Amino acid sequence: MEATIATDNNEKNWSGGDQKPLGASYGKMMMWFFILSDALTFSGFLGAYGLMRFKFHDSWPIADEVFTHFPFLHGVHAPMYYVALMTFILIFSSVTMVLAVDAGHQMNKAKVTFYMLLTIIGGAIFLGSQAWEWKNFINGTYGAVKLNDGKIIQFVDATGEQITLESFVKSQHSERTQHMANKGIWFTKEAELPPFTLNEVVESFKANPGVSIRTELINPETKAKTIIPHNEAMGFLNEAKSVVVGANLRENEYGKTLFANFFFFITGFHGFHVLSGVIINIIIFFNVIIGTYERRGHYEMVEKVGLYWHFVDLVWVFVFTFFYLV
Amino acid sequence: MTHEQEHTSHTKLIWKVFAILSVITIVEVALGIIKPDALYLTKFLGTSPLNIIFLVLTLVKAYYITWFFMHMADEKKSLRRAVVWTSVFLIIYLATLLLLEGSYISDVLGPLTKWNY
Repeated sequence: MEATIATDNNEKNWSGGDQKPLGASYGKMMMWFFILSDALTFSGFLGAYGLMRFKFHDSWPIADEVFTHFPFLHGVHAPMYYVALMTFILIFSSVTMVLAVDAGHQMNKAKVTFYMLLTIIGGAIFLGSQAWEWKNFINGTYGAVKLNDGKIIQFVDATGEQITLESFVKSQHSERTQHMANKGIWFTKEAELPPFTLNEVVESFKANPGVSIRTELINPETKAKTIIPHNEAMGFLNEAKSVVVGANLRENEYGKTLFANFFFFITGFHGFHVLSGVIINIIIFFNVIIGTYERRGHYEMVEKVGLYWHFVDLVWVFVFTFFYLV
Repeated sequence: MTHEQEHTSHTKLIWKVFAILSVITIVEVALGIIKPDALYLTKFLGTSPLNIIFLVLTLVKAYYITWFFMHMADEKKSLRRAVVWTSVFLIIYLATLLLLEGSYISDVLGPLTKWNY
């Protein structure tokens, strides 16, 4: 073990001699190179997202219409606020982390412990927030109809505001129940049934002249989705294939399925980084408490895990921009 | 590593950087919610001025996080360049190629998509 643990800054950190290349200890330099490679991984993902977004720039979902929830404010249209809160939580946990590193430089064990604890709590809150964001996205808000060629049709009222399926669809009596594994052959089952059948939606649409539909196509002048008047809408609804509520990897009531795919993958990959960051922070936190770094004479390990934690914050800054702002 | 530098506290600087990052985030969120027509519906350098503002503010935030939270400012020039120049070059290269390709596919396939039924 002794060969791998830096016991003092003056001793050999590199097995080849006491010259430290680039003026950094082995661990710190390798952390930087790991961060570099991880940054390139994330830019690969975000670049692929950008490619698809440019490819479908005339019909990509508008983030402001997708992420509109805020805790305890039901039915209130609150775009951006929740993700802004998440951003603040992560930035603040970055601040407490850098304060812990700073306290480590002064060999102040009590302060390092306190700030590490705050950082862990911040990371846990962020993870919980992300789970809530996912939950809202998966459950959906309004519900929509998917056409045979995969396009999504949403419903709007006379003022052009999007409305939920519940607000105009009348449920007819239906014998159709969800096929579960315990109701037939044990290895076949189907996904949860949408709350309304396609027929109910189309019939209710015909009965409500005040309701019209909206396609995914964005008008470049107003940057809003195109609304089709009620009397022309049946051309679209004759092509309808199924009712879509919420988003998953196969369909997305807000528009392009690719949007859901990239959202789940990139925020999921980032969330996994946050999770591993929290776990590493917890390990270092207990090492601080039992005095490992006090005995070692320096808190460089806190600094190294801090680098990783700030990197996670850095990635979120870009995810925030490309998924929610631009 | 200079030891005198390490033992002085940087608390003031940290809170200053936090204030800068918070102000930038608040400006971003405010612009994202209001979306002023003059910035959102006009075109500048191939996209809306609002998007350019968001991109610039994001890069400013990335600079502050890397330089002051990750202490890149205190590292040797050689380490800094090995990490920053490499990533900046490769990311700009990749993004340019992918986004050019994306708009090309859009130009070719966009007119073929059926929007009237």
